[in-house]
Amino acid sequence: MSEWSTYALADLLMFSARTYYRLIELYNLAIWPLHLLAAAAGLLMVLCALRGDRGRVAAVVLGLCWLWVAWAFHAERYATINSAAQYFAAGFAIQGGLLIFAGRLSPARDPVGIGLLLLALLGYPLLALIGGRPWQQAEMFGIAPDPTVAVTLVLLAFCARAHWALWPVPLLWSAITGATLWTMHVRDAWVLPLLALLALLQLIRRTRPRRGQGY
Amino acid sequence: MRYTLSIRRRRILQSMLALGGSAALPLHAAPTSLLTHRIPSSDETVPVVGLGSWITFNVGNDPAGRAECAAVMREFFAAGGRMIDSSPMYGSAQDVIGAGLQKIGRPARLFSADKVWTSSDGLAQVADSRRKWGVPRFDLLQVHNLLSWEKHLRMLFAMKAAGQLRYVGITTSEGRRHGDILKIMASHPIDFVQVTYNAVDREVEQRILPLARERRIAVIANRPFRQGDLTDALRRHALPPWAKDIGCTSWAQVLLKFIVSHPDVTCAIPATSKVAHVRENMMAGTGPMPDAAFRNRISAHVARLL
Repeated sequence: MSEWSTYALADLLMFSARTYYRLIELYNLAIWPLHLLAAAAGLLMVLCALRGDRGRVAAVVLGLCWLWVAWAFHAERYATINSAAQYFAAGFAIQGGLLIFAGRLSPARDPVGIGLLLLALLGYPLLALIGGRPWQQAEMFGIAPDPTVAVTLVLLAFCARAHWALWPVPLLWSAITGATLWTMHVRDAWVLPLLALLALLQLIRRTRPRRGQGY
Repeated sequence: MRYTLSIRRRRILQSMLALGGSAALPLHAAPTSLLTHRIPSSDETVPVVGLGSWITFNVGNDPAGRAECAAVMREFFAAGGRMIDSSPMYGSAQDVIGAGLQKIGRPARLFSADKVWTSSDGLAQVADSRRKWGVPRFDLLQVHNLLSWEKHLRMLFAMKAAGQLRYVGITTSEGRRHGDILKIMASHPIDFVQVTYNAVDREVEQRILPLARERRIAVIANRPFRQGDLTDALRRHALPPWAKDIGCTSWAQVLLKFIVSHPDVTCAIPATSKVAHVRENMMAGTGPMPDAAFRNRISAHVARLL
């Protein structure tokens, strides 16, 4: 039996929830007012994606957000408390590159999809307040990894022709962040893993042949 | 029910004498009642309560977090503490310790304990750790979780022989690789072994602690509170009346006294980022200590409440 199998998730945790959210708070303070640019980028990306013929632009904007999170959050800040953050930075950079060079995001105008997209974009920062954390620790699309991944998963779930290669990194991050937050007893640890599960179910529903349809 | 405390009193008196002869302190004098235990291989004494740094000192570049850690260290030394334990595996903890030591004036009483945790160049890692701590040499270096232990033990014994290190040790946690730990303890002249030991994780009492006594190896107990799980779980229960008999005013003190009163344990290394907690922990190294029967009573009571 491998020795690794004797380790529980808590044994691999390197920092406390307090330290993690203080890191996000200091990051937010350091890069303000880039949040305004991130909000504009999010809005632009949604509009382009919903127009249908601007799917490439939406993918490039989203890819740039992934690259920013890879560098500014993972490599520059998260790496100071988590020795695995350099690998997270590489994963986010790869996802950013895939979106920029090969992505096309043209989701169906499904009301559920649009609702989930707006919820991921606008609702994610509210999780800090709901979880009893100060607003300075709010996580925002294009700035922090979790909401950026949440928005990506919703877009992918409702895109008819999203390339399969765009799925692994967001799904993997959902599992990693869910496990990390759960180990730190953070109340909203379930949010991103649940969203990833719903996105996968939507993908399966979309790709499965409908009853009554012949081959 | 009364418990025999005479041996403990003698130890306390010995500790007072030992502390009385120690070098002048840059901080105010330590409480003379803090119990110390001897490192068997040298007869040097160390206080029974040390300071761990896993998770609590990994605060990155957060100035507020670093200030809190420095305050914890200041309180630790002011209360008579000596041993701080860290590892290259603990993220920014080594940097934070180094910055904290610098801030509080590098107390002369520091007993620096760190680890080697790499499958490649151990010497380079030790040099990097030393630079982060800002110490000329470590008092104790341990092979962390027995990673590449044959290679690293050779290196550490060579460093000790060259006067670049005072003590050599090995570590494990959560009961892993106890078979290998026993083999190394039996076959190598190590000074320290670090294992998980607390009121509910008592496996080491069977073979490791007796072998440590026989081989004159000092024992460091890690995870005294199971990473806070024990104190969190016990918080909702009232402290039993018998806690007063051993001078405890909190569950943390009961749990720590259970550990440090074991005659084969040299010290425990609770980790905290709160000054109030380090103060409370250090008090567990003072006053009456439980004997074997009382220790069993603590363990049974805690197990019932979990």
